[in-house]
Amino acid sequence: MKKFLVDLKIKEVEKLNDTCVLLTMTDEKPLPECRPGQFAELRVDETPSVMLRRPISVHSYDAEKNEIGFLIQVVGDGTRWLGMLQKGDTVNVLLPLGNGFTIPEDSNARLLLIGGGVGCAPLYGLAQELKRLGRNFAILIGARSAKDLYRCNEYSALGRVEYTTEDGSCGEKGYVTNHSIMSEKFDYIYTCGPKPMMMAVAKYAKEHGIGCEVSLENKMACGLGACLCCVEDTTTGNRCVCTDGPVFSIEELKW
Amino acid sequence: MVKTDIKIGGLNLKNPVLTASGTFGYGLEFADFVNLEKLGGFIVKGTTLNPREGNPYPRSAETPMGMLNAVGLQNKGVDYFAENIYPKLKDLDTNVIVNVSGACIEDYVACAEKVNALEKIPAIELNISCPNVKQGGMAFGVQPKSAAEVVAAVRKAYDKTLIVKLSPNVTDITEIARAVEDAGADSVSLINTLLGMAIDSEKRRPILSTITGGMSGPAVKPIALRMVWQVAKAVKIPVIGIGGITNGRDAVEFLLAGASAVEIGTANFMNPAVTGEIVDYIEDYLVRHNMSSIDELIGGLQI
Repeated sequence: MKKFLVDLKIKEVEKLNDTCVLLTMTDEKPLPECRPGQFAELRVDETPSVMLRRPISVHSYDAEKNEIGFLIQVVGDGTRWLGMLQKGDTVNVLLPLGNGFTIPEDSNARLLLIGGGVGCAPLYGLAQELKRLGRNFAILIGARSAKDLYRCNEYSALGRVEYTTEDGSCGEKGYVTNHSIMSEKFDYIYTCGPKPMMMAVAKYAKEHGIGCEVSLENKMACGLGACLCCVEDTTTGNRCVCTDGPVFSIEELKW
Repeated sequence: MVKTDIKIGGLNLKNPVLTASGTFGYGLEFADFVNLEKLGGFIVKGTTLNPREGNPYPRSAETPMGMLNAVGLQNKGVDYFAENIYPKLKDLDTNVIVNVSGACIEDYVACAEKVNALEKIPAIELNISCPNVKQGGMAFGVQPKSAAEVVAAVRKAYDKTLIVKLSPNVTDITEIARAVEDAGADSVSLINTLLGMAIDSEKRRPILSTITGGMSGPAVKPIALRMVWQVAKAVKIPVIGIGGITNGRDAVEFLLAGASAVEIGTANFMNPAVTGEIVDYIEDYLVRHNMSSIDELIGGLQI
């Protein structure tokens, strides 16, 4: 897929909670096509402590409205700057990067999307696409507490959503792998979130013989497969998360 | 029309802008953002005789206006390059230069011989300065004697333009530069990365799997500029300047300090289109300063 370097304009800023902001961006020209699970590298300007772009997954993509959404969790100087952007600001964006999720050809396949915390971000775009395709899917979102959940109404508008929180403040109490939805039959699982959660989901999928794709977020620099910083140790050696991923089938990983 | 072409040994560059090894992949990764044929050339990632998996993740750490890397020369080996990458690059109207590395003199020589056989590769850059491999790499580049030995051995086996990439992690870089000049290098390029370290204070652990790594980016520019200036005065062969060049103005500074060409490295991660922009800037600079040729700029520092 051809990659682009574009200055996108911020159309809307939505503060989701204390640390998370959803930036909806647009351009005068049609946005480059982006697939669910792909990501972009956002340039951070005016911050001397930040040199590299910040890889951010595509949260939502709407070709008709010519909008793309990035969910930013403020964790350091770079994301703090991104989190302070205002409506009307422009951001230099490198996209689309990475491979994205694959969608099984069998249109009857039952799909489960499991997200943890902010890691849910790319699953929203996947759910948008699955809904558009009329696929059979459910979403399971795990978080520490109800206050860490965001955009619940928007997720619900796409399909069935279940919740699990560690403190029981929303949905079932516990971890995603203990949720009652796991006793239902699914043919394919997608997961994105904290690594221990994804590893637990991958283990579950392997034990039950279910295909599973995980989205990794190794620390990266170029985003183009040139610097070889973001490698994951896979069954076929070190591979770049930025170009061979970020989505990997669990069969490829040494988890 | 200003004259921007420059000669490095037997190498004819249409302009002095090259890319630094390990930051530009095989060039093709950047083809959506830069017209590769617009560049003086590009130096492809470090290539060794045998395939290397490199170091374990994590291999990078961002630092204020810089970064550390510890990739460790991950590459599929020179035969893979010759069979799979070279055919895609050989017809480009620019100079494709291979960065050659090794763990012992025999490996350097064998790898250089294989690249010598590739008709459309006009030069190699000999990496005697990688801080991220246990054997070889920087070990050769930190002593004049061992640096000269590996260069002399490769010189015998390689008859095209031989550029030697120097390490800044030495007491006196001019000594090493003179030693490799005497051993037959056509040019020296500098600086490779500076040995550095990053610690995660909360976890009380090093960030890099290798503990230490090579630092690059804008933060190293003043050091690189100083070393280029010193080496350009110390040797007769052309010097290629590397280190934190992020825009055209930085590139001009290196040319003024005495570099005949420059390599753009980490800046490619910040702006993948930067190399083409630097080519344009240098042309504009020459026009703006009423210079008809890049030769007037090289070493043109007024003291």
